[in-house]
Formats: sequence, structure tokens, C-alpha cells
Amino acid sequence: MLMISPRMASGMQEKQYTPSLLSFFIYNPKFGPREGEEEKKILFYHPIEIEKNEKIRNVGLCEAIVQFTRTFSPTNPAKSLHTQKNRQFFHEAEENYWMVMVVRNPMVEKPNKDGKPPTVEYQEEEIIDSVYGSVLQQCYCMYKLFNGTFSRAFEAGGVELLTQKLEKFFYRYLQTLHLQSCDLLDVFGGISFFPLDKMTYLKIQSFVNRVEESLSLVKYTAFLYNDQLIWSGLEQDDMRILYKYLTTSLFPRHSEPELAGRDSPLRPEVAGNLLHYGRFLTGPANLKDPDAKFRFPRIFVNTEDSYEELHLIVYKVRERVNVMDLNREFCEQLDSLVGPQLTLLASDICEQFNINRRISGPEKEPQFKFIYFNHMNLAEKSTIHMRKTASVSLTSVHPDLMKILGDINCDFARVNEDEEIIVKAMTDYWVVGKKSDQRELYVILNQKNANLIEVNEEVKRLCATQFNNIFFLD
Amino acid sequence: MSDEYYLELSENPVQFENASSVNNVFFDEANKQVFAVRSGGATGVVVKGPDDKSSVAFRMDDKGEVKCIKFSLGNKILAVQRTTKSVVLPDKRTLKLLKSQSINVNWYMYCPETAVLLLSTTVQGNVLQPFAFKSATVSKMSKFEIELPAVPKPAKLSLSERDIAVATIYDQLYVMYLKHHSRSTNSPGAEVVLYHLPREGTCRKTHVLKLNTTGKFALNVVDNLVVVHHQSSQTSLIYDIKLRELDGALNVHQPVLPARSINPYKIHLTGPAAAPSQAPVPCELYSSSWSVFQPDIIISASEGYLWYLQVKLQPTLNLLQDKGKLMDFLLRRRDCKMVILSVCSQMLTGGDKGNLSVVATVFDKLNQVYKEYLDAEQAYTAAMESGPSRSSTSYKRPVRTQAVIDQSDMYTHVLSDFTEKKGVKHKFIIAVLMEYIRSLNQFQIPVQHYLYELVIKTLVQHNLFYMLHQFLQYHVLSDSKPLACLLLSLESTYPPAHQLSLDMLKRLSTANDEIVEVLLSKQQVLGALRFIRSVGAHDNVSARKFLDAARQTNDTMLFYTIFRFFEQRNMRLNTLFTLIGHCEEHVAYFKQVFGENALMKQATA
Repeated sequence: MLMISPRMASGMQEKQYTPSLLSFFIYNPKFGPREGEEEKKILFYHPIEIEKNEKIRNVGLCEAIVQFTRTFSPTNPAKSLHTQKNRQFFHEAEENYWMVMVVRNPMVEKPNKDGKPPTVEYQEEEIIDSVYGSVLQQCYCMYKLFNGTFSRAFEAGGVELLTQKLEKFFYRYLQTLHLQSCDLLDVFGGISFFPLDKMTYLKIQSFVNRVEESLSLVKYTAFLYNDQLIWSGLEQDDMRILYKYLTTSLFPRHSEPELAGRDSPLRPEVAGNLLHYGRFLTGPANLKDPDAKFRFPRIFVNTEDSYEELHLIVYKVRERVNVMDLNREFCEQLDSLVGPQLTLLASDICEQFNINRRISGPEKEPQFKFIYFNHMNLAEKSTIHMRKTASVSLTSVHPDLMKILGDINCDFARVNEDEEIIVKAMTDYWVVGKKSDQRELYVILNQKNANLIEVNEEVKRLCATQFNNIFFLD
Repeated sequence: MSDEYYLELSENPVQFENASSVNNVFFDEANKQVFAVRSGGATGVVVKGPDDKSSVAFRMDDKGEVKCIKFSLGNKILAVQRTTKSVVLPDKRTLKLLKSQSINVNWYMYCPETAVLLLSTTVQGNVLQPFAFKSATVSKMSKFEIELPAVPKPAKLSLSERDIAVATIYDQLYVMYLKHHSRSTNSPGAEVVLYHLPREGTCRKTHVLKLNTTGKFALNVVDNLVVVHHQSSQTSLIYDIKLRELDGALNVHQPVLPARSINPYKIHLTGPAAAPSQAPVPCELYSSSWSVFQPDIIISASEGYLWYLQVKLQPTLNLLQDKGKLMDFLLRRRDCKMVILSVCSQMLTGGDKGNLSVVATVFDKLNQVYKEYLDAEQAYTAAMESGPSRSSTSYKRPVRTQAVIDQSDMYTHVLSDFTEKKGVKHKFIIAVLMEYIRSLNQFQIPVQHYLYELVIKTLVQHNLFYMLHQFLQYHVLSDSKPLACLLLSLESTYPPAHQLSLDMLKRLSTANDEIVEVLLSKQQVLGALRFIRSVGAHDNVSARKFLDAARQTNDTMLFYTIFRFFEQRNMRLNTLFTLIGHCEEHVAYFKQVFGENALMKQATA
């Protein structure tokens, strides 16, 4: 399939506004079914300053839309509502618990002559449903990771406890949503895996098993290096959201001061000395401190069946393990057991890291950039994104190209068959999307005057070199 | 308690008439024969060897008290010594003097296994002069001095032959010296000092075995272990000279296991005095009438028994807590296989904390020996293949000792039972299997498919598919066709197994047919065709199975596409569908759906 999508460049004095969060609310229609009790339905509303009646009206509207669309598709009611100024996203996170996110469309402010107020032009088509729909779902998953499900909180302490928890969590969390830089990666919610040889991997396995055996409080272990996952004892869905938390929130918070000036995601952290070099990222900052607090964040996993409540311990020696449960004695035990061994393993991995780098050759700008995602193991690889920080995820390509990627992804989502889409974008870029079984690959090529056949050949070559060890139809 | 005795007397001892006033008993160490000489030989000489075949009975004239009696090797010549200075050979034979050495000798000791003769020289007797005999030549080896605990003044003979024994341990010749406790030195007990006697070069003191007690001792060597019997406590100790790392130039050893008596032994009374139904009576162990000979012989002349001393390995399991050391010990024993395997089973079900690191150590020790054997075998095969031309170093096929515990042994005797065991946490089971695989990988031993199967079976049983996925992702379970097929069979319970399987088949690069089959079975006809084209095999592939699969989809456009593809291919290759066989029905179907004219014109093309 071939699509040509030329876009006009915008004028000079225009002012561009990125999408932003207008409101965010959570309600349960069952909590105020009678007239006059509508306010009871609302469990959380942001911004808090909104007048009560307006809140009720907005919630009522969403309820009505969902109800209305349900008559057409009982199992699959409306997921979003497009309007000129904004877009609303609906998500029934748990039965009867609805989450709604309202995003203002990006807009362009065009100045008018003669002192007239500027004309505002909303770019209604710029927002991709799947991207922001995923962001909303992520909000729920993150809440659930740290608080458990809505219904459990309600069972334990009624609406009061639930609203308390919601407010406490979302008040801070919504501030960290950076809607302007959401893209395809939010749809995938993938995990970047650290490539490792079999032997080192087995050593890590052995290490993890021994730690879990000697510290019986440790229920699950995940092992990461350089923000990339190597091993997860947690199930995939739990690991997915925990990974998101670790790599976009916890690690950046801790690494920014110590690694200031690190510009490339590919630069290994300084080896340091190989003596025991570990520390806790959650819990006590310094074990030697007699007043150290041994409090760790609680997390909830396997909420579908066993519903486990655990403590998250993140321990770092240039890479991290995280495990469960507290107190000083335990921490010291963990510190003395894990620290030295982990330090040794880290040097093994670091060696591997350098080998990988040597193989991949010098870091020169390649002719192409790509995003790869595998739905089966959530493996994600992007050469488009520079690195994740607490604030923004930086991409190295124009937002228009990212929009094309998002559109191709939507096309892929519609059909179940393998597909390939090639798009010629403005400024000589070619964008290629390939879907083979459960894998998706998006390539952005910057080749002047290339024709369709050449682009196709180029992508084939890329697949042959980068993905030769997997079954990827060409 | 009975399973605490780690030494025992052989079950089938050599029995002979016990020593008495009319019956003299002699033992020949070279032939391992016992001579029972009744009345100086007049009423019979019965010779019993280690097996029944070597038993001989004869009579000879009583010409006085027999001091010593021996056969030559092969029972050809009998020699009888009746006086201190003459030896009688019953047949008329002559002896020839081959070589003579003139040395003042206090006593001598001969080791038949190695054909080495030790002579005690000097006044104190502690300078030993060894001679090596080899096919009628005698060579003088360099002499050496045994360090005495105290030097007597005036000098007198201080080294007795009773305190010296010669034995082969780990293929090396050692002179063992029982150094008694001396009040003048501060040593807390007696010691056995081992002098290594190499074929060439000088003899050096290499090992000291600490006995930690005093009294009367006797030495045996069994299965490369030095056994020290202590008469007053009626116990024995065993020492393994390889079981200690170097402590300077000299190895000081403590007993491997706590002191234990030899396993109690009962004897059936025979002869006229014994009633047939009489219960066997306990044999007096460590009796003063016992004589001990090298390497492993114990003779009770008063009861008429010759036993071989044996080591029982099973009791060591409970006596040696350090599993790593236990493994080191067991791996050097002769009949160790089943015991090692039972140690493995025991440690996996023991459930002690920190067990995994023990498991890892044990696996590493086993695989080290296993790997050494594999390497030797490989080197041998390579040498054989390169031809006998350069057989300057004659290669011997490596001997597979019992200590070589391969994957199939582990699987059959340890791992498969262990994974089935109730009450063992699955987390531990998986950790153990991974540990074994890690160890094999560490020694670069290719892992057998059945181990992977066991891992997968265990993971599937406990619904740990994500774990399985990660293992496969990191190629911990190596690619193979059987493994790929196993994964395919898991697809119904774990859909991603399909992808994992296809990836694996792709990497194998010899499984293109299998990939096509998998895709066709999923009705991915176009995908299958594109794949076969991408590997350049589309000219040889059978059109029929593609057309069959396309028909099954009930998608006429798909059928059209596939049909056209093969039509064009065959045109290019100049063959007809009919020529490559069995496609008539598809041609007919094509005509029926798309009309006769849709077919390409063969002749004019």
C-alpha cells in the first residue's frame, strides 16, 4: 500500500500549542443512581477548582455517551469522543469504574492585523486515539501497582478510603503526565531487553535464585542493567508497569544528579572500583545511619488472581534488583549478600556491553531509524528515542513523522493479517511499517530521490542485518 | 549405627587351616598365597590364592622346620627355606647370579606390584636404598633418609621394618613411615609420613598424616586411601592424600572421616567342632593375631582367614557434612557412581538453607570430571582419525571411570525423580535445573535435549510461561528441531510459543520445510509462499500443498494468486501442473471458478 501525505509548513509568527490535559475524572455510576445524588458518583476530579454542577454535567455527558454507544456495540462502547477543541477518552478500568481524560487539541494561534484578537485554529486530527487511550490505561495500571484495585479499596474502607487514595495518588501523578511527548511507545508500553550472552545470563539466573533462596522474604526479583531488563520473576503485565515506573520515574530521579552530563544512552556508566558498591534506591539511603528509615513503597501484583501485596526494594550497583520486605536486619543481610556478588556480575555484564557496542560499530548516524515491538514478549527497541528522563522522552525525528508512525500503527491494529505500509512523507523521508505475526517494525529512511523499490530493498537489508535471528516475513 | 561403618572385610575371605602347633602358616605377598604347612609338609601343604584356581595341595618330606615357603610367579617353582642361609628348590634347578651389590643391610622390604626393593642401611637403619627390578635388570635408585623422631645415643638400629610399608597411591609409589609419638618432640600423637619415591629423581617427604593418638597401628591402602588401624581403640582412620590443598611444600592431612571400627564380621564355625545349625559368631576385630599386608590384606592366622579390606562409600554421606569435600572424596573412589548420585538426590531433597550454592558446587565438580573425560575422548578420536602415522605418542583410549557422571545419569537417577517429587517448591526445582544447565554451559558441554524438555515440562506444569519465554529469548535453551516442535505443541496453552517456535526454526536454517508446514497449517498460504521465495526455494517446492491450503481457506482470490504464481513458475521452468503431479483437481477448480480463458496459454507463451 502506498500513501502520500504531504503537509504544509506553518507560518512564521504563528504560535503553536501542544496538547494538554484539560480534565481527568473517575466516577462510578452505581454510587449515585438517583437524581440529586449525582455528586456521589464522582470519586476524583481534576482540576479540583471546577464548580460542582459542571463536574456533574461533564460526568453525566460521558455516562450518556457511553450508554448511547453501547446500544450499537454492547461489549465495546465508545473509547473516545472527538470535538473541535478537545478529545475525551473513556476507560472502564474496573467494572462500573470509569476513568475519563480530556485532552485539549493542539492549536495554532494566528495573529491578526489591525489589533484584532488572534484566530485560534484547533488541529483536531493531530491527536491519535490509541496513544492517549494507552496513556489513560497506563494511569490506571500505575495506580493499581501502588494502591491495588479500586474495588479492594472500596471493600476495605468505602468511598471515603477510595477517594482518599485516588486523590493522594493522582494529585502527584497527573503532574508527571507529559501529554505533548506521548507517542507510539506509549501504545506499546514495551520493555527494552539487555542483549546478553547465554553464560552471563545463566550466571545472573544463578545469582537471583541464590538470593531468593537465602532471603526467603524476597518473593520476586527483577534484574536490570542500564535501564534495560534482563530478568523478571514477576509476570509480564506487572513487569510492564513496574518497568515503566522504574525507567521513567525512579531511575531518572536517582541518576540525574550522579550522571549529569551523560549525553548518550549508549555510554556505559563509569566502572568505579569493584569493591562492594551497592545502595538502596527505595528505603534507607544509608545503612550506616542509625536513624535510617526502613520503609519501602508497597506494590500490588497479580491482582487478577492471588492479589499479592509486596514491598518494592530497589538495590543498585550500576544495575538493579528489586525484591520485597523490610527491616534493618533484612536490609543489612541483603546488602552484604547481594552487594559484593552483584558488583562482580556487573563487571561481567559491562564487558558484554562493550562487546555489543563493538559489534554494532562506531556510533555514526545511520541512514535509517527504527522502532521495533514484539507483542508477545513486549520487547521494544527504538533508535528514534534518545533517552527517557523523568520529564520528557526525547525523539530525534520530527513530530509529523511520529504522527505517521502512529497512524500506521492504527491501521495495523484494525486487521489481523501481516501487512506492509510505505509512506512518502515530506522532506524526502520515507516511512515504512511492517507487521509480521505479532511483531511490528517502523522504519524512517532519509534517502533523497529514492524510489519505492529502493526503499523496499533498503528495508529488506535492514531486516536481514538487524533481525536475522527471528522469523520476520519480508 | 550399622551404616556408619565405612570399612569392611570382604565377604568371601580366603579360608585356610588356622595356625597351630602342627600347622604353620605362611603368606607370600607376591602371589597373595597362603601356605598351610602341616607337620613340616609331611602331612600336606595347602596353598590358597586369591581365587580358587590358584589353590594347590601337595606333600613334601619333612626335613625340618620350614621358615619360609613360596612359589615363583605362575606356580612353576617352589622354594622352601629351612635354615637362615639356604633355600631349597625341590626340582633340580640351577640359579645364576646376575648382578651383585655389596651393602650392609639391616633388613629388606620388597614391593611385588612395582618390583621395588628397599634396603635398610646404616647403623640406625634409617637410610633406605631402593632398587628397581625390570626385566632381569636391577637399577639402583637414589637413596634417602627417613627422619627419626629422636636420634638415639649411642647410635643403634632405630628404624624397624614393621614401621615401614610400601604402597602405590594414585599411581605413585610411596614409602609410608609410621612415626611413633615421642615424648621429646611436642607432637600430640603419632604420624604417618609419606615419602614419594619416583622412578627417577630423588625421594621426597611429601605428606604427613596426623593420627592424633598413640599406640599400636597398622597400615593398609584401599582405593587410594591410606587406612590406619589403631589397635587399642579398635578403630580405623582413612586419609586421602589428594584431599588437602598445598600447605607449603608439605601436605598435612587430618582423617577424612571420624574414627570408626571395621564393620563387625561374623564367622561360620566349620569343621568337626561346629554343629550345622550353629549361629555365626562375631569375629574378634583388631585382634593381636591379625597380620596386615599391603596393600589391603588382613590375615587372621589363628582363625584361618584372609580378608581384603574394603571401603564402603554409602556411610560417608552422613559422616562428611561438607558436600563439596564429600564430592572431591567420592569422585576419586572406584565404585562411586551410585553413591554420588544418591548424594545428589539427598542434597536436593534436604531442604537446607543456602543449599543452592552447595548444589552449584557439586554440579561444577561433577561436570569438571565429565568434561575432562569428554575432552580426552575427543582428543583420542581426533588422534585416531589423523591416522597412525604420527603415533609417536601412543594414544590410549581414555578409560571411563565411575566418576564420570554424564547428563543421562543425572537425568535418570536424580533430576527426573526430583522434579516429580511432591512437596518440593517448584521455584527450587527450576533453580536446580537452571543451575545444572549453567554448570554444563560453564564447562562448554552441550546440553542434551531431554534436560530442556524437563525444564519446559516443569515450567508448563506451574504455568510459568513468562519465565519460559525469557529463557528462550536469551537462548538458554538451545535451538533444535525437537525443541521447536515441543514449543509448537504448547501453542494452545501459550500462544506466543508459536512465534518462539518459528523463530527457532528460522535460526536453525535447515528447517525451511517445517516452517512452510507450520504456516500452511495456520492457513498463512501467502506468508508461506513469500517465505519460500525469500529463501530461494520456490522453484523446487510442490505446488500441490500450497494449492490445497489455499482451497481450504475458501478465499477464491487467494487461490487465484497462488495458482497464478505456480502457473507462472511452471511456465518459466517449462513444466505443466500435470507434470509435477496431482494438481488436476486444482486446475479443474480454477477453470470452474475463473473460466477456461483465465488459464495461461502454454504453447504461445
